[in-house]
Amino acid sequence: MAILVNKDSRIVVQGFTGREGTFHATQMIEYGTPVKAGVTPGKGGIRHLDRPVFNSVEEAVKNEGVNVSVIFVPQAFAADAVMEAADAGIQVIVCITEGIPTLDMVKAKNFIKTTSSRLIGPNCPGVITPGEAKVGIMPARIHQKGHIGIVSRSGTLTYEAVNQITQLGMGQSTAVGIGGDPIIGSNFIDILRLFNEDPETEAVVLIGEIGGTMEEDAARYIKKNLDKPVVSFISGQTAPPGRRMGHAGAIISGGKGTAVEKMKALRENGIHVVETPSEIGSTVKKVLEKQI
Amino acid sequence: MKVHEYQAKQLFKAFNVPVPEGRMAESAEEAFQIAEELGYPCVIKAQVHAGGRGKAGGVKLAKNSDEAKEYANAIVGMKLVSPQTGPEGKRVRRVLVEQGLSIAKELYLAIIVDREKEMPVIMASSEGGVEIEEVAARTPELIHKVHIHPISGLSGYHIRQLTFKLNLNKTQSKHFTSMLQNLYRLFEAKDASLVEINPLIITDTDDVIALDGKINFDDNGLFRHPDVGEMRDIHEEEPREVEASKYDLNYIKLDGNIGCMVNGAGLAMATMDIIKYYGGEPANFLDVGGGTSEERVKEAFKILLGDPNTQGVFVNIFGGIVRTDLVAKGIVNAVKGMELKVPIVIRLVGTNEEEGRRIIEESRMNVIAETSLPDAAQKVVELCNH
Repeated sequence: MAILVNKDSRIVVQGFTGREGTFHATQMIEYGTPVKAGVTPGKGGIRHLDRPVFNSVEEAVKNEGVNVSVIFVPQAFAADAVMEAADAGIQVIVCITEGIPTLDMVKAKNFIKTTSSRLIGPNCPGVITPGEAKVGIMPARIHQKGHIGIVSRSGTLTYEAVNQITQLGMGQSTAVGIGGDPIIGSNFIDILRLFNEDPETEAVVLIGEIGGTMEEDAARYIKKNLDKPVVSFISGQTAPPGRRMGHAGAIISGGKGTAVEKMKALRENGIHVVETPSEIGSTVKKVLEKQI
Repeated sequence: MKVHEYQAKQLFKAFNVPVPEGRMAESAEEAFQIAEELGYPCVIKAQVHAGGRGKAGGVKLAKNSDEAKEYANAIVGMKLVSPQTGPEGKRVRRVLVEQGLSIAKELYLAIIVDREKEMPVIMASSEGGVEIEEVAARTPELIHKVHIHPISGLSGYHIRQLTFKLNLNKTQSKHFTSMLQNLYRLFEAKDASLVEINPLIITDTDDVIALDGKINFDDNGLFRHPDVGEMRDIHEEEPREVEASKYDLNYIKLDGNIGCMVNGAGLAMATMDIIKYYGGEPANFLDVGGGTSEERVKEAFKILLGDPNTQGVFVNIFGGIVRTDLVAKGIVNAVKGMELKVPIVIRLVGTNEEEGRRIIEESRMNVIAETSLPDAAQKVVELCNH
């Protein structure tokens, strides 16, 4: 089962023939991900990595029935690529691109809300259902099929958690990077809802960071709606206020969005919050064992 | 990206947002000349990327030539210390000299992207000329907000909501309306992340004028606004941070003694956190991102070691696609060329990590390789707390 992507997904790569697209699509294909086509405007008609290339997402949908898209398009054109995919009826759009101007995302996000598409990202490592589909840039090798759902605003910090979980003999149902930007396609609640309904997912790891109020909103949602245990780590306890800590969305503004506040909100709502990133895996294990 | 008040006002002017008559000066003499030209009273304002300038003595009203000369000399070159600058303060290299205006009312106006509602929001208040955080704390009902949906854009009813709540008369409303339409156009056209006017004044002739001006720009939008990029004032930035940005390194200086180099912003923050957890103090945030080439590693090390407070370096690389043996090679080669006086603890996880660790151990430099994150963090804290 898992969520968002699996072996039955039909994936199209936007920005297929560019350097990033080619490199990562090659890795995705090596993993066994069902990549069916690519889109590079102007290169329609050729074959690349043994797959057909189309001029538009619409053509890729018409010819190959693709329903998931991964976007490796530069920041200047990425929001446009997102809207094109949504307009063409792609069900899950995974946008890897970092650096999309916020006002472009205001437009794109509000446009997507009028379609039935779901956007993951931007500025994210992507989505992986181990053993079935890797839609993004994460290192496949550290993942293992299992029952822990991961949802995170980070990239490499997510890998840290995934690695611990795999090393402890557990595995991931699906790992979702929701991205580090202030305006993103799916927030924690959107993904938690999916994990809640997924029979394969037994527990969830939520990795947050400073900036915004997503973690606090998620905390209340979890208390009210989630039947499964959640372990969380929030990075940025030592981040100074007012500075953008790498991710465009990681900024403490007007005293709001601190790690301490988020950790408090999560704990108050029954989530197991760990103090250091190296305790994530072991805490998941302890939590699951108590359940048994 | 931040800009000075005088630069924000240059943009206001270009977009027909009314500002006082005035010019920027880089010396006390120049400031005095401008004051003489403008006539009295006039205002001399320190130009630094920080608030609280008035209370710090950086904004003075000159009623005559003697006062203008006195204030120009006092402010140009002064070390301005405010809660926002921190105790070290900022050296004032430029001032803005403006005509004094009659102020009937002081308002507050700002445009920002509301990340929760995922669209811009305009905030206005009759309580201008004071700290908006205080107004928000004490009388939040006096801050009026209108959200601007991308489809409607800024529409007449949005502005009317504000002019009625601000109790503006007909003429004031007319001026406020055209000013706000122009300001919102600027916000969108230049990919601003914040536009703030505090105070926005109403004069005794019902004119609406931006007495102060602040614009922050979305860093992600700078690629399409080279004119804004040119407004960058590197003197207002930490020199090491300026250096780092040249190599596409995301670096933020902090106060501690343990330099950090990590790939990935979330992991970089978590690394700072774990150092603190074990009793150490991170000296910086540094995200080397995806491209951990020898060149970038070298530059990153130079910057970290250039901080005189650094007593040790912690490298935490979780290589995904990046090969950790190449990272190790890069680090070893980078360090070889320098005179290394502080210990380095490297925690490398990823493709070819055994090879990576071997390369480090064989280098026989003061570089310690670890795999476990807590062990590595504890080690570096130990070494720096001796």
